[in-house]
Amino acid sequence: MSATAASIKGRAFGDHLLLALVILLSIVMIAPVLWVIGLSLKDNTELMADPNSVFHAPYTLKNYINTVGTSSVFIWVRNSIIVSGGLTLGTLILSSLAGYGFARLNFPGRDVLFVIVLFGLAVPEQAVLVARHQIFSMLKFHNTYQGLILPGLSAPFGVFLMTQYFKAIPKELDEAAMLDNASRLRIFWKVLLPLTLPAQATLGIFTFLGAWNDYFWPLISATKKDMFTLTVGMASTQTNFAQSEGIGFLMAQAVFAGAPILIVYLFFQKYIVTAVSGAAVR
Amino acid sequence: MADRLAMSPTATLAVGVRAPTADIYAPQWRNVIFVAPFLFFFTTLLLFPLLWGMWLSFHKADTFSSGNFVGLGNYARLYHDKVFLQSIWNTFYFVLLTVPTLALIGLFLALCLNRRTRTAAVLRTLFFSSSVLSVTIVTLIWRIVFIPNVGLLSTIYGWFGATAPAFISDPSLAMVGIAIATIWWCIGLPMMLFLSALQQIPQDIYEAAALDNANRWQTLRSITLPSIKRTFILVIIIQIVLQFQLFGQAWLMTRGGPNNLTKPIVLYIYDTAFRRWDLGLGAAASEILFILILVAAMAQYLVTRSRGDQA
Repeated sequence: MSATAASIKGRAFGDHLLLALVILLSIVMIAPVLWVIGLSLKDNTELMADPNSVFHAPYTLKNYINTVGTSSVFIWVRNSIIVSGGLTLGTLILSSLAGYGFARLNFPGRDVLFVIVLFGLAVPEQAVLVARHQIFSMLKFHNTYQGLILPGLSAPFGVFLMTQYFKAIPKELDEAAMLDNASRLRIFWKVLLPLTLPAQATLGIFTFLGAWNDYFWPLISATKKDMFTLTVGMASTQTNFAQSEGIGFLMAQAVFAGAPILIVYLFFQKYIVTAVSGAAVR
Repeated sequence: MADRLAMSPTATLAVGVRAPTADIYAPQWRNVIFVAPFLFFFTTLLLFPLLWGMWLSFHKADTFSSGNFVGLGNYARLYHDKVFLQSIWNTFYFVLLTVPTLALIGLFLALCLNRRTRTAAVLRTLFFSSSVLSVTIVTLIWRIVFIPNVGLLSTIYGWFGATAPAFISDPSLAMVGIAIATIWWCIGLPMMLFLSALQQIPQDIYEAAALDNANRWQTLRSITLPSIKRTFILVIIIQIVLQFQLFGQAWLMTRGGPNNLTKPIVLYIYDTAFRRWDLGLGAAASEILFILILVAAMAQYLVTRSRGDQA
């Protein structure tokens, strides 16, 4: 009896210890963000005099007003929306068509082609960047939207995902439509595509998020200030960190840029987690 | 319409119309039309640049001309370039700092949060939330934590009258600072991968263990951990591939300094190819990175292939 009691007591103690550790880790997760939000609401001179002033009034929205007043931020947001939206739309179209082709249709060399596409999954972006940059220089694509969108269309992940998804749909479905004399395109469009909506959502959100957060390619391709995406633009204002613009202003910018994506995450969490883990495991 | 389609196959197939079905799956050239648009971009913007990059690495090239053939000259220059060798070491050091920590904390969180309570769900959401932020925001957040005077760290140390370690400017701590920011950023993925592995362990094994009066530690050691061994290896490899490509955090937090001590391979490529415009040398460096990553990707392929198709 007493042994069981001790084991239950031990279990409770262990639970508390684990709980304490998890709480500690979650504080580490949250504290930096709260600090940033706090600083964004403070006047710069007051901050410089004493950082502890974050913990008491007066608070001000001045930094946010300045952020919104800086028209560049809106241009960068617009650029990011155009680039991420364009890339997402393009990826969904190309991947759905190719996924259907690889999963359902037969053509000479199909299996070899698919293996080559799979190999593309293992190619890191850095291995093609230098050549890609040179090609785009020759085509005069730098500092244009197509220059920012097109490279992402070559990524094989979407094709891989859609091929798997199409393969999972019972073949009897299109065979039946075949016998009703529907064309390939019609079967694809009317019968199969509606069934792939969950995969479209996953791939779409994943692509959008990846493009929205992409840093390397926009950094080397968009060199003009009015073609910056939000990530590159934000990075460009950070250079003279503490001195020039004021910490509070930078922090307001970070909140301004980060909040929308966190809100989107809260709404589409399930899809985002599925997509990100799926892309990692492949 | 969907109903009609779903109804018909059994009806028609029963009559024995096998011949047309077989015909549908015969190879036909016109079917290429569906994959052609993707293959166009795949070939021109991935395969071709990949090959061109290799070709460039044997040339002395700048932005507009492909220059002269120098054979293995660029690779020889890399071999003698102290900064490049330093960047390889830095990358491995960074991987060593981040990958085991990510795997262990991720596993710990997954074990604690693998339950159906509301609190666990909220905490899972919290620990994954940083993963959706861009590298620009993450580095902004962590620079404001580490910065002297108004930084969170120095404020907390200030309460106890102590001076915070200089995570960005101290040569021996700069990479640790980058690693901390990276772990904070990337912890969501390992946690989620472990969680989905834990959920695949059949519940009846645990029930059997409970009947045998196994305590929690025994259950963990002899049931849970062996069941997710493969996921553990997978997480390690995925993180190696991911962290090997360190760029944004190093570039934005330290610019690779002090003394190139936080300059990873990708930052070396960026510097060489896109700031000094020595494209040939940059291409050669990216081939080295490519080979290193390919080795890790091969390992991942072998792990996912062996023992079933669970992944």
